[in-house]
Amino acid sequence: MSGNHPGLSNNFSRSGEKFSWSKDNLRSIKNIISKYPKGREQSAVMPLLYLAQEQNNNWISIECIETIAETLNMPKIRVTEVASFYSMYNTRPVGENLVQICRTSPCWLRGSNKITKTICKETKCEINDTSDDNKFTVVEVECLGACSNGPMIQINNDFFEDLDEESTKKIIDNIKEGKPNIIGSQKGRRSSENAQ
Amino acid sequence: MALKKVGEVQKMLNEKDKVFQNLHGFQEPFIEGALKRGSWSNTKEILSKDQNDIIELVKSSQLRGRGGAGFSTGLKWSFMPKNTGKQHYLVVNADESEPGTCKDREIIRNDPHTLVEGCLIASYAIQATKCYIYIRGEYHHEYVQLEKAIEEAYERGFIGKNACGSGFDFDLYVHRGAGAYICGEETALLESLEGKKGQPRLKPPFPAGVGLYGMPTTINNVESIAVVPTILRRGPDWFKSIGAENNTGTKIFCISGNVNKPCTIEEEMGIPLKELVEKHCDGVEGGWDNLKAIVPGGSSTPMLPKNICESVLMNFDDLKANGSGLGTAGVIVVNKNNDIAEVIERFAHFYKHESCGQCTPCREGTGWMHRMMQRLVRGEISPEQIELLENVTKQVEGHTICALGDAAAWPIQGLIKNFKSELISKYNKKLKAS
Repeated sequence: MSGNHPGLSNNFSRSGEKFSWSKDNLRSIKNIISKYPKGREQSAVMPLLYLAQEQNNNWISIECIETIAETLNMPKIRVTEVASFYSMYNTRPVGENLVQICRTSPCWLRGSNKITKTICKETKCEINDTSDDNKFTVVEVECLGACSNGPMIQINNDFFEDLDEESTKKIIDNIKEGKPNIIGSQKGRRSSENAQ
Repeated sequence: MALKKVGEVQKMLNEKDKVFQNLHGFQEPFIEGALKRGSWSNTKEILSKDQNDIIELVKSSQLRGRGGAGFSTGLKWSFMPKNTGKQHYLVVNADESEPGTCKDREIIRNDPHTLVEGCLIASYAIQATKCYIYIRGEYHHEYVQLEKAIEEAYERGFIGKNACGSGFDFDLYVHRGAGAYICGEETALLESLEGKKGQPRLKPPFPAGVGLYGMPTTINNVESIAVVPTILRRGPDWFKSIGAENNTGTKIFCISGNVNKPCTIEEEMGIPLKELVEKHCDGVEGGWDNLKAIVPGGSSTPMLPKNICESVLMNFDDLKANGSGLGTAGVIVVNKNNDIAEVIERFAHFYKHESCGQCTPCREGTGWMHRMMQRLVRGEISPEQIELLENVTKQVEGHTICALGDAAAWPIQGLIKNFKSELISKYNKKLKAS
C-alpha cells in the first residue's frame, strides 16, 4: 500500500487531549449500535470512527481509538486495525479542506493530471502536503466512482465533477474567499446524462 | 416465446421499457416522484405470493447479477436454506468501486425507492427480516439520499413492522464503507460489516450457509435488486423480451474516457458497443478511426482492440466469446492520443493500492506487476521481460482467496495480448535512443 495518503499511514499519533464524545454523538451512538444484533456491537466501529473523525477535526488520534474501544468494549488493536485498513480514516491531522484528486484511468484519460497541477499550484501544496495556512490538504486517490463525470475531485464530503483547469481554479478560489461552490458537475449537467 | 439468440442485432430500447425512469434525476427522486413512477404500487400483492414463486419468477426472467459475475439472481436466492429458524440476511452491495463504474450511484441518488422496494421483496423471498445496504464511504450525498428514502418508506409503513400490510416484518439499515475497494468482494464486505478489516473469507462455506454473523446471507448488487420490483410487476416475459436468451433485460452502462460526451445510460442488454459509443456518447474523441481500444466492463475486464469493438455486443456471452466480459458494464474508451500502456499501468497501481494483503501472490504480485508496468510505460522492458510479466500474471491469477488477484492480472494480459508488438517497438525505440 502506498504510504502517504492520510488514511494509509500506520503512524498513529496522540493529540495530547482526552477525547470524549459530545452529547449529540452519545445519542447517535446509541442509535447506531441499535442497528446491529446484540453481542455484535463491534459492527459499529466504522460508523463510530466516522463520528470521532468528525468531532476531532477530521482525523483519528490514538485518544479517539481508545475512546471507541472503550465504548464498544473491544480491544484497542482491533479498532486500530480497522482505522488503518480503510483509507477514509485520516490517521494524521489534515487541513480544513481535504482535496482528493481521482487519478485512476477514466479520470486520467480526461486530463486529471492537469487538475492535479492546477490544484497544487493554487493551494501551494505538493501532493500529500497540507498548506501553511492549514486550509488545504491535497492527496491523489484511486477511483471515486464518478467515472462518467471525470475528471473529478472530492473536497471533504462533496464531489466536483466535469472539471477543467479553469473550473478547478474557481473552486479553490471560492474556498479561499469563503464563497459557496456549486457541488457536482461544473459543466451544468444534472448528473451523468448525455449533455446536448 | 422465442428469445433472440446472442449475436442477433438488437433494436434500440424503448423509453417505456426503461426500469429507471429517473436515472438522471430530472424528476423528484423521493417518495412523491417514486409513487408517480409506479414504485410501491402493488407491493402488498407481490408479497402475497409464495416465496418460492417469487424466486421462480426471478429465475425465469433470466436476470443475471449486475455486480460483475453475471450469476443468475433467482438461482442465488434459491440457495438460501428454508425455514431454518435462524436470522436470514440480505446484504446489498453498494460499494461501487470498480474503475469505470458509476451506475449504482445514479440509482441511489435519483431513484432510491426502486432499491428500497427491491430490498423488501428480495428479503421476503429469502426469508430475511433484516437487510443491510453497504454503501461506499465516498458516496456521502448518495448515503444521505438513501437514508431519506428509507425514512420515507418507514413513515408510510412500506417497510418496518407489517411491511405494506403484508404481515411481513422487515428492517433496512445502511452501513457506510470507508474507502476500500476490496469490500466490494462479498465476503470482505461481510467482514467489514462485522466491524473488521475487509479481508475476504475462504469459501466454502458460502454466505448462503454461513454469512453475516454466521447466518444464512445473500449478497446482491444494487442494480440486481432495484430491477426486481419492475420484473415482478411487468412479468418475466416482458423482461425476457428485451435482450437475448440468457442475456435478458435492460442494463445500465457507464461510458467514460475518450468519448465526446461521457454518460451513464440504461439500454437494452446486448446493444452493439459501437452503437453505444456513437449514439449515446457522440463518438470517440477524434472520430471512430482514432479509437485505440475499449475496456468493456470495468477495469478488471481485458480490453478489446478496435476490430472487435466494431461488432461486439454488450452482453455477458458475446463479450465472453470475444475474450473479455461484461463485468459491471463500465465502458472505458481509449483513443490513440493516449498511451494504452499507461492506462493499464494506472490500473496496476489501483490494484496494488487496493490489495488487502492477505494472500502472498496478490500482495507481492500486484506491487511487482505495477513496478514492471511503470518500466514498460517508459519502454524499459525487453521482449523477454514482457513474457516474464505475462507469466507472472498467470502465477497470480487463480492463486488467491478472492478475485482481486485475477482482476489485477487480466488487464495486463489483455494489453500484452493485443499490443505486444507495440510494446516491443517501444523498447527498441528507447534502446536506439540510448
